[in-house]
Amino acid sequence: MHELSIAMSIVSAAEAGAKANNAVRIKKIYLQIGALSGIELDALDFAWPLATKNTMLETAEKFIEVVPAKAECLECKKEFDIQNPFDPCPHCGSYFKQYIRGKELKIKYIEIE
Amino acid sequence: MCSTCGCSQTDQITYSKPGEKIEVVHLHHDHDHHHHGSGHHHHDHDHGNRTILELEQDILMQNNMIAERVRGFLMAKNIFALNLVSSPGSGKTSLLERTLKDLKNELKFYVIEGDQQTMQDADRIDAIGIPVVQINTGKACHLDSQMVFNALEKLNPDENSVLMIENVGNLVCPAGFYLGENKRVVIISTTEGDDKPIKYPDMFESSDVCVINKIDLLPYVPFDVNKVKDYASRINPNMAFFELSALTGEGMDAWYIWLKNQLKK
Repeated sequence: MHELSIAMSIVSAAEAGAKANNAVRIKKIYLQIGALSGIELDALDFAWPLATKNTMLETAEKFIEVVPAKAECLECKKEFDIQNPFDPCPHCGSYFKQYIRGKELKIKYIEIE
Repeated sequence: MCSTCGCSQTDQITYSKPGEKIEVVHLHHDHDHHHHGSGHHHHDHDHGNRTILELEQDILMQNNMIAERVRGFLMAKNIFALNLVSSPGSGKTSLLERTLKDLKNELKFYVIEGDQQTMQDADRIDAIGIPVVQINTGKACHLDSQMVFNALEKLNPDENSVLMIENVGNLVCPAGFYLGENKRVVIISTTEGDDKPIKYPDMFESSDVCVINKIDLLPYVPFDVNKVKDYASRINPNMAFFELSALTGEGMDAWYIWLKNQLKK
C-alpha cells in the first residue's frame, strides 16, 4: 500500500502550492498517472480519504487522467504502444526500450479559492 | 495529527542501534520547503472567484530530492550503497549475513535495516560486529529517502566503505522509492514462483541485479531458473544475474567478485 504515501505526498505538495498562493481551500485536484507508474488506482482511492482528512484537500474533487504507455524501441527506433513492461517491440521483437510516457506521477493543477 | 506541521501522519518511525533504547523520531514533512526556490513556476489563471494553479509537479519529487542529497553524501565519502529488495522470506538477511561474514576483513561495511517491527535483523548484523541502524517503519511498507537520510546521520559511516540497505520485505512498494543507492539488488528464491518477474514487473524493471537464492533447494522445488531469467530479461534486458545459496555458500564467489569490481569503478 505505497499508495498511502503517494497520497500523502500529493497532499503535501498540493497544500504547499495552495498556501503559497494564500488559498483557504483546494476545490479540485487534477492528477496525471501513467498506466505503468506502478500505482493501483483502487488503492489510491482507498487511501485518499485517510490521507486528506483534516487537510485542504479533504473536500476536494479528485480527477485522474490515466496516461497510456508508449515506448521507443532502442534497436529499431520505432515507437509503439505498450501494455505490459515485459512486452517486446511489435516491429522487431527487441526488449530494449525507453519509455516516452506512461510512467507519470504528477499533479497537473489544483483549483483553489 | 501532528501538532507541528499539521500533517496527518501519526505512525512513529524509530531508528535504533542494537542495545540502546528505542528513539522515537517524528518526521516533519517540512511543507515550507516547497515554497522557496525559483524552479517552481505557478501560473495563475483567474476564472471568476476560482484560481487554477498549474503545479505540474512530480509527486515523488520530494523523495527524489532527498535521495539525491543521500547520493551526494555517499559520493563525497566514497561509499558504495546497495538497496536490497525482495518478498519477505527470500533470504535478504541471510545473504547479507553471509556476505558480511565472508568479506568483513576485506571491506568496511555499514548496514541499514528496514522492517515494520522488531530489532531481529539488526541484532543478527550486530552479532557479526558490523555497525547497524534498524529503521522500524511502523505501518509503512517501504523505506523512503528521508528515513535513510535520518538513519545515516545516526550510523555516521566512514569513508571508503560499503552501505547495505535492506528494504522492507515487499516486492511492490519499494520499487518507486529511490533511496540514493548505487545499485538496486532484487532477490528471488527458488521456493517462490518462477513467474514473479512478470507478476511484479516494476521491481525487476527498477533493479540492476537479480540474485536467485536458495539454489541448494533446486532438486526439490518446481522452479525453473531459466524461466526467471527469461522473464526478468524481457522487463530489464540489462539485468545481471547471480545464482547462489547463502546457506551453503555455493555461487557466492561470483557475487563477491561483482561487488568488489563495483568498488573499483
